[in-house]
Amino acid sequence: MTRTYLSRNPSVLWFLLILSGFTLGVTLLSQAYGVAFLSTSFIKTLGMTLCLCLVALAMDLIWGYAGILSLGHMAFFALGGYMIGMWLMYARTEAIVITALSNEALPATAQEIQNGIAAQIFGVVGASELPPVWLFAHSLPLQLLLVVLVPGLLALIFGWLAFRSRVTGVYLSILTQAMTLALALYLFQNDSGLRGNNGLSGLQNIPGLDGVSQDRVSVWFLWASAFALGLGYLLVAWVVSGKFGSVIRAIRDDEARVRFLGYSVEGYKLFVFTLTAIIAAIAGALYYPQAGIINPAELAPIASIYLAVWVAIGGRGRLYGAVIGAAFVSLLSSWFTGGRAPSINLGFYTINWVDWWLILLGLSFVGVTLFAPKGIGGLVDLWQGLRTPDRKGADLGPGDGSLLEKEAKK
Amino acid sequence: MRAAIAAVFLVLLSLIPLGGLAQTSPPVAEASSAAEIVEENRAQIERPSRQTIGPVIAALAASGDPQAVTILSAWADRGLGIRKSDGAFVLLSTGQDGYALRSLDGADAGTAPRADITELRPNSGVRAVIATALVQFQLNDPDPARRADALTTIARDPAPELLDPLRASIEAETDPALRAQKDRLNRLLTLRFDPDSATRIAAIESFSGDLGLDLRAALNPLLATTRRAAPLGTTIEGNIARDLDPGSDLSETEAYDLLVAADLAPARLTTPELKAALAANIVDGAVAGIPLAELNTQSARNRAYTALEQAGTVPVAATDEEVTQIIAGHQFVETYSEPDSAVTTAAQDVLTGIEVKLAAMQVADLSLDALSLASIYFLAAIGLAITFGVMRVINMAHGEFIMMGAYTGYVVQLFIPNYTLSLIVALPLAFLVTFMAGVAMERLVIRHLYKRPLETLLATFGISIALQQLAKNIFGTQARPLTSPAWLDGALTFNDIVSISYIRVAIFVLAILFLLFFLWLMKRTRLGLEVRAVTQNPSMAASMGINPDRINMLTFGLGSGIAGIAGIAIGLFAQVTSEIGQAYIVQSFMTVVVGGVGNIWGTLAGALMIGTLQKGIEFLNPSNTLAAQTYMILFIILFIQFRPRGIIALKGRAAGD
Repeated sequence: MTRTYLSRNPSVLWFLLILSGFTLGVTLLSQAYGVAFLSTSFIKTLGMTLCLCLVALAMDLIWGYAGILSLGHMAFFALGGYMIGMWLMYARTEAIVITALSNEALPATAQEIQNGIAAQIFGVVGASELPPVWLFAHSLPLQLLLVVLVPGLLALIFGWLAFRSRVTGVYLSILTQAMTLALALYLFQNDSGLRGNNGLSGLQNIPGLDGVSQDRVSVWFLWASAFALGLGYLLVAWVVSGKFGSVIRAIRDDEARVRFLGYSVEGYKLFVFTLTAIIAAIAGALYYPQAGIINPAELAPIASIYLAVWVAIGGRGRLYGAVIGAAFVSLLSSWFTGGRAPSINLGFYTINWVDWWLILLGLSFVGVTLFAPKGIGGLVDLWQGLRTPDRKGADLGPGDGSLLEKEAKK
Repeated sequence: MRAAIAAVFLVLLSLIPLGGLAQTSPPVAEASSAAEIVEENRAQIERPSRQTIGPVIAALAASGDPQAVTILSAWADRGLGIRKSDGAFVLLSTGQDGYALRSLDGADAGTAPRADITELRPNSGVRAVIATALVQFQLNDPDPARRADALTTIARDPAPELLDPLRASIEAETDPALRAQKDRLNRLLTLRFDPDSATRIAAIESFSGDLGLDLRAALNPLLATTRRAAPLGTTIEGNIARDLDPGSDLSETEAYDLLVAADLAPARLTTPELKAALAANIVDGAVAGIPLAELNTQSARNRAYTALEQAGTVPVAATDEEVTQIIAGHQFVETYSEPDSAVTTAAQDVLTGIEVKLAAMQVADLSLDALSLASIYFLAAIGLAITFGVMRVINMAHGEFIMMGAYTGYVVQLFIPNYTLSLIVALPLAFLVTFMAGVAMERLVIRHLYKRPLETLLATFGISIALQQLAKNIFGTQARPLTSPAWLDGALTFNDIVSISYIRVAIFVLAILFLLFFLWLMKRTRLGLEVRAVTQNPSMAASMGINPDRINMLTFGLGSGIAGIAGIAIGLFAQVTSEIGQAYIVQSFMTVVVGGVGNIWGTLAGALMIGTLQKGIEFLNPSNTLAAQTYMILFIILFIQFRPRGIIALKGRAAGD
């Protein structure tokens, strides 16, 4: 075991190189620091895409490496967003309320400021008290801690419950989906303390940065997102490369055998589940200040399925695959749904991509699953000349262990 | 309708002076015939006022002359006029040119052009007084419909004056239904308005065990309470319902507000008032010697106000400690507005009995609701029980098959306007359409993924979003109606509380039918045998000459086909949108997982459990169905901890894994 970290992960250097090149390039093309070739909103889209890449990385770790198809990671992502959103909204409202109250004859008491903030934030759902979940919203460090703690604890508790009762495979997928749905439905209520379906808004205005234009803020967030993605890549690459990585891959391939070898399968799974939830939450905390608004629709079960779609299209079980998939599909998706893709006139019918994009995505997804299980990442194998054994062909028998036709011929 | 309500309301208003005047004023006229009474009170009748016309109308009503009713109703309907030539009162009916006239005693009085007649137009207040007087005649009217109308009027607005005429009319009533109705109404009026408390109690007790809404409407005003406060040691007048303990029965704020309202305590100083008072007394950047900058805490503000109080610049106001003291020095009670304690006790007893019975009924109604929800979940899940439960193929597009079924029903209704017929056509057609779709999907996609179940999930999800978007492109995003035939409208009503709509009954029946069909198919047919064989051991089944490919295809098609039929059932009570299946897919999977995979009874048990649970939670927290769903899912997640393989788990080799 004398191989270094980098030699075990040849993709890391390449990845960091490309990521820093990309960040530098975007910075030079931005309005704030360069030639103003890219619009601020596009830079925000790029920054958000980097966050999506980070959550896709987490998804790849839990699904591609540990074999757990979690349909709940976008819930952790959104929870991270909510946690940071609470501080953003509180701090900004506090500034507004203090300005408003400073015109009065008497200096405002802390209680008055608190009431003013509560009325501002919760007037829309008909409440005027600050709910207990906002207890720490006044403090950025505490709320940043919550970004990690809340999704982490939720993942820990849920994972502990699920893994200890040996829920696996599709059952676990359905269970995580149910968890996501429950969370979304809970947040949709007006008395959940997080403004119901109004969600948290105005998150793009960072408190204390009033004098700084969005041009600059967007680039800063791009840097932060790129930095987080780079760190996340290093971390995940480190996790999957050592002995730990071997164990989780073994769990993916044959859970029972790993258990019989004496490993605590549940412990490994729980660790990976919680770690990926935290990575997802951090990605969310960086994503939503760029998006500007978060509401419970963001954590509908379908969002988590899309996450799985990105990873599958990019290529499971290889880290750069997840990043490529998330970037490719989400950018393509915003290009198609943004109405920028040219419509195709067939004479009798005009294909309007806003309407047909989802159909194309769905079908191409079926195609990828069926014909290219390695996804886009498979192209890298092709380029490197790596070939996988051809296991195509009909089964000789319908049982799970039977040889395939072409293997049997040899 | 609104006019009718207004009229009834005015009747009620008018009763107050009518009752009073009828007793206090001297007899208006001694005349015996209605015509004479009218003649003697000519001035009053020509220019009637609601305040003073009471005695005249009462005299007319009491005259015993059969013509009185005719005259009163004509007057109310603007059918009474004065002939200009001789000033005589005449009854009018519209003739060919002008009016056909009759004199007040009913005799024909020829015709007259419109210009020769002054019509009397009593205002609505007077008409209301007349209407009340007429109720007692209507109660004895030969026409049963008018008697029923009178009863409805009384029931809608019960008044003490109506009690006597109502009682008087019971004996003469010949129609048994109307008689029962009159009797019930009499007792309802008695328990509220009879002067004798024993009679009232008897009336109340006669209703023991009755669940009618009208009874509750009559009893509740008797038990209406008000909260009152008094200094300790004094006795409080009135029929006391219970003592209130500040802090537990009512909050301190409420208690103090009561005292303030009763002038027993000074108003509490609210924060804005305190602020205003301080702001008004700023002298040289300080209030009572405390600099403004320090007034940013509540305690500093209180100190400043106390200082101002002592200086006499602001009125004395209650602070928090004083409020607590004042409250401790007073007692708080709830009193009934009904003074007679025997009556309130009897009413309370009967109402308690009703509530117990009502609770039982509500449980029954809730059970029906739960059963109906369970059958919806069962219908939605039974297709999954086949594809997921038997074949272990997770089909995320199952919801879209439900949607396809619902849209098939909608399209069929576009072509066949007869709803019954279209339903008969749509059910098999929906089965066929989704069966074909299912078979196609199995052949093209799922067949290749039998060994990769997680990827089946993703591939079928891809199909799901494609199908959903396709439906949006074809049918648009707005909801499409799937109208049920007329014979499914309405509800099966057992009593005021327990009822269930026929559509839900139909869905229940459909669910039972499918359960039986499924059992028959799996246990009694060759196909079922082969399906079970392929599920348990595909290689062995193949060795026995069963074609697993064909069986898988048919099984999947069958499960999808049932989803199509479920789609029609769901579409009948929910609007058809492209997202109709989405709403059920997670619950359907839950149903199958909770129930136990691979067993139809398990699916049934799962559906029953989820349905009951959801309705139960909704009942406990009725304002919030979202919360109900949240808690239900949490419960299911916990439930799976204890029974990871569902309620009915397969044992032995069949359990697989």
